[in-house]
Amino acid sequence: MNLKYVYSFLAVLVLFLVAYVGVEGLGLDWLFGIIVPYLAVIVFVVFGTKRILGWGRSAVPFRIPTTAGQQKSLPWIQSSPIDNPSSKLGVWVRMALEVLTFRSLFRNSRIKLGSGPKISYHLEIFLWLGALAFHYAFLVAIIRHLRFFAEPVPFFVQLVQSVDSFFRFEIHYDPIQVGLPGVALSSIVLLLAVTFLLLRRLLDTKVRYISLAADYFPLFLILGIAFTGILMAYFTKVNVAAVKELATGLVTFQPTIPEGLGGVFYVHLFFVSVLLAYFPFSKLMHLGGIFMSPTRNLTTNTRAARHVNPWNYPVKIHTYEAYEDDFREKMVEAGLPVEKMPAATAAEEKE
Amino acid sequence: MNDKNKIIAGLIVFLALFTFPVWYNLGKAAPAPEVILTEKAKEAKVCVMPTEYMRANHMQLLDHWRHEVVRNAKRVFVNADGKEYTMSLSNTCLDCHSNKADFCDKCHDYASVSPYCYECHIDNPKGE
Repeated sequence: MNLKYVYSFLAVLVLFLVAYVGVEGLGLDWLFGIIVPYLAVIVFVVFGTKRILGWGRSAVPFRIPTTAGQQKSLPWIQSSPIDNPSSKLGVWVRMALEVLTFRSLFRNSRIKLGSGPKISYHLEIFLWLGALAFHYAFLVAIIRHLRFFAEPVPFFVQLVQSVDSFFRFEIHYDPIQVGLPGVALSSIVLLLAVTFLLLRRLLDTKVRYISLAADYFPLFLILGIAFTGILMAYFTKVNVAAVKELATGLVTFQPTIPEGLGGVFYVHLFFVSVLLAYFPFSKLMHLGGIFMSPTRNLTTNTRAARHVNPWNYPVKIHTYEAYEDDFREKMVEAGLPVEKMPAATAAEEKE
Repeated sequence: MNDKNKIIAGLIVFLALFTFPVWYNLGKAAPAPEVILTEKAKEAKVCVMPTEYMRANHMQLLDHWRHEVVRNAKRVFVNADGKEYTMSLSNTCLDCHSNKADFCDKCHDYASVSPYCYECHIDNPKGE
């Protein structure tokens, strides 16, 4: 039984308590509202950049594209220009499809043994769908949140907001009342997608076997972020103008702590700060790493062009010709065959 | 491969996007707008509910009012202090806060919220 998810869950629970008690109990608003977010951004930028530059320095001497199609060779053999690109354009298309539609994940398949001796391969589409829903919902949520950071609010943020809250949900009961001023579709999709990705790790025994605490931690953390965000936006409510005052204060380097924001807001902010600070040291760095996948971003022209390792060490060589020049006389004396007879011997033989 | 230049270019693009709010605001602080109260609102001193509650929850109160009036034909709201108000956006809220542009819109624009109240209700029912 793999119980690693317990550690991750406890870690997120502790983070929640740290922020909640820190603000509600000890009144450390300035710590969780100013110091921690700034530190988190600094850690994210400095260590993220360092990690990318480190990857940039690593050696990629050979073309190592994974092939999913016929390489371009003879004109009468049909090649696949995107799956096995020989041109820069093909590489761009392949990278764009990879980054925007997670094509590698779409290829995920599951081998099944049916009743007979035959193996069959099934398209395993739900991880891909869940990942797409999760990433795009997160992107929309980030763009939506720019309304708190930019004054005046840019048009594209307003556009995304209005599209995102296109569907109206209004629930009116005495205990709960949800739906005004609008419900963002992305918040619900994000929560559902993260829940699905978490349940997939927990309930699928094979995935669970290979899952580590570092796999669960971001999921629980993002679940916490989505949960606290939804709680604030639709249930407990928060003074949005005050939130914006704090956010714009941070990005204009004139930090202020408006009153009456409450524990849930600071928990939300603390979770986001932790996610940012954790980012450079975690598997979340696939944000930058995807662009640097040598199996995806190189042209497959290994037959058309000779690729020489650019930093090959100039090796000192001693050819056979030079060797024979050095020892020709001795070789002839010993009766060994030589390729070029020495001049004297050649003359003797002529006579 | 030696793609250092491309990697650094990509990194710069990402950092430019990431710091968008910083260079978009250019150090210009944007404190929460001060709403302007009309004379009538100043005179009344208290809203139907405490100010802190109204700041975060006024939309829920209005939703509740609409529900009570439209579904339950109940038109009187009694607040915690036992004071009675008519449940009406046009006749109660906008009676004091008759300056929509300086009151409602200020925060709504600031927080990029577009409520649909005014798709039916008119700004200033009394034409003041």
